[in-house]
Amino acid sequence: MSLIELRDIRKIYQLEEVEVQALRGVSLDLDVGEFVALMGPSGSGKSTMMNTLGCLDRPTSGSYLLDGEEVVTMSRDQRARLRNRKIGFVFQNFNLLARTSALENVELPLMYGAGMSSRRRRDKAASLLEKVGLGDRMGHHPGQLSGGQQQRVAIARSLVNDPAILMADEPTGNLDSRTSREIMDLFQELNAESSITIILVTHDLEVGRAARRAIVLRDGEIVVDSSEFSHAVRALHSSIGEETAP
Amino acid sequence: MGLPVTLRIALRALAKNKMRASLTVLGVVIGIAAVTTMVSVGQSASRLVQDQFESFGTNVIVIFPGSQRGNGVNRGRSSPTLTAKDSDAIERECQAVLAASPMVFAGGQLIHGNLNWSPKEMVGVGPTYLSVRNWPIRRGSFFTSSDVNNAAKVCVIGQTVVDKLFQTRDPLGKSIRINNIPFRIIGILQKKGANLVGEDQDDLVLAPFTTIRKRMRGSLFNNVDIIMASARSANLSREAEYQITSLLFERHQILPGDDPDFEVQDTREIAQTLGVITGTLTTMLSAIAGISLLVGGVGIMNIMLVSVTERTREIGIRMAVGARGRDILLQFLVEAVLLSVLGGIVGLTLGTLASIGITTAINEWTSGTKWPVVISIPAAIVAILFASAVGVFFGFYPARRASRLDPIEALRYE
Repeated sequence: MSLIELRDIRKIYQLEEVEVQALRGVSLDLDVGEFVALMGPSGSGKSTMMNTLGCLDRPTSGSYLLDGEEVVTMSRDQRARLRNRKIGFVFQNFNLLARTSALENVELPLMYGAGMSSRRRRDKAASLLEKVGLGDRMGHHPGQLSGGQQQRVAIARSLVNDPAILMADEPTGNLDSRTSREIMDLFQELNAESSITIILVTHDLEVGRAARRAIVLRDGEIVVDSSEFSHAVRALHSSIGEETAP
Repeated sequence: MGLPVTLRIALRALAKNKMRASLTVLGVVIGIAAVTTMVSVGQSASRLVQDQFESFGTNVIVIFPGSQRGNGVNRGRSSPTLTAKDSDAIERECQAVLAASPMVFAGGQLIHGNLNWSPKEMVGVGPTYLSVRNWPIRRGSFFTSSDVNNAAKVCVIGQTVVDKLFQTRDPLGKSIRINNIPFRIIGILQKKGANLVGEDQDDLVLAPFTTIRKRMRGSLFNNVDIIMASARSANLSREAEYQITSLLFERHQILPGDDPDFEVQDTREIAQTLGVITGTLTTMLSAIAGISLLVGGVGIMNIMLVSVTERTREIGIRMAVGARGRDILLQFLVEAVLLSVLGGIVGLTLGTLASIGITTAINEWTSGTKWPVVISIPAAIVAILFASAVGVFFGFYPARRASRLDPIEALRYE
């Protein structure tokens, strides 16, 4: 059994009178320990796919089994629990709580989880900050940290609940190229050593190259699903070509 | 998420915006302070009323001569229908009555040496008057029945009269002239202070009612102005009233169905009426103050709504990492309640200080009044509970709005 099983997932947004099909029957299997890059031009359904996989949103139809649990029929609160236990998020704009220390930001998911003593929470958060190389910045607020450091705090936060899946949405979008590489190295390291499944949403080919499997979406459908990155590159170029063609 | 953690988060959120938090709670502070002050001053007013009635004499019953009406003919307003014999009979025959005394009022000038004074009250009373009023004599003695029978020219004076005519000298045994009739002072009354309306009760002269009636009024009749009686205890005052009424019905030969030629009034009734009046006033003022509390609640709601909008991203982050709707609801609700409870505590403190200040000021400016400071613990608890209820009530809507945000949109919110 795969960690993630998507079967004929459809998402339809009702925008006033117009129906927009963001996902048109996506089926996908992901196993434990995979490192997947989810790519595609804007409007391809990337974000919807990511929100669906992250259990933030519910598809209109289809079936999504996460670790054997059906997500599609879950209530808001059930999905919140599931996110808390199984999924860690890393965002483009870091999404850390302002004026709150790095340590407390990392602790946050534990606050909403099963009862853990404040001491254990603290220790756990501290050890993760050490792991991402911020052992000496625990008391700093996001405003006192550089972009790369903030993203490391966010990564520590996403790992604190020992999730099965790490969802990274354009994690390097706000970082310079050197810091981007460092962050991607960190992802690869995590994937290698702790067999965490990483789903990386990006439009940046260089960033996507870090993944071992590339999935390209276009118009709400998967057009490429390959471990050969060059296939994805070709598909993306052709779509860009179509878009820019006169 | 546990309540202690939620509480800490709420405290921290408020601490991040101290200025706004304090302005937000200002409404609640003013509301609670106003209610506390009103209730406290109101309670001290009714306490004052009670104290005054107790100092007037416990369980005093006053019998007025009434309009005598027979066969449908009104025979005049204050007809002289009460006599000293009625008073004696009341004291003798009504079991529930401790003492009764006739009273005859007069007025005039007191002269001693080269000093003049016109006392507020000059009253002719019976020998048991001080028992009726529960008023001890400080020095000397009170006049006796034989003084009354002989219409003796003796008097007992209050402290104010002592101060005005004798200053530091001893008035006992001295002679003063009342409207040019010489009286001997045989006793000095214990100081009683001001009464309910701030009148000095010690500015009086008491003399046998016979003396006042005959020598000062020159009256040939044997009626008295009123009779004052006191019940043996508070519980017996109604019984005493009943006994007096039936005795006088009998003595005045009033047929059943006819209106009596007298009127019996229990001061406890007046006290109760006054109590109702002050109570109503207090309730009304508190209600007005309560409106400001309501306005304060709306203020909290307003700011909480702003806060929810401002912190949309934060809510999105919390939801993404696993906060459920009720976690968010609780967080904002606790914040609102915390705000209002803090406001309540501050308001309570200010209100208590204000009521102490007001009573002190009244006591300072109106000489003789002794407004007691009443600080009621139950009222304080009610105030705090009410403040937290305001927080729950006005915090619920913003909190629910926060809890229902869509995490995806909340995360995208700029």
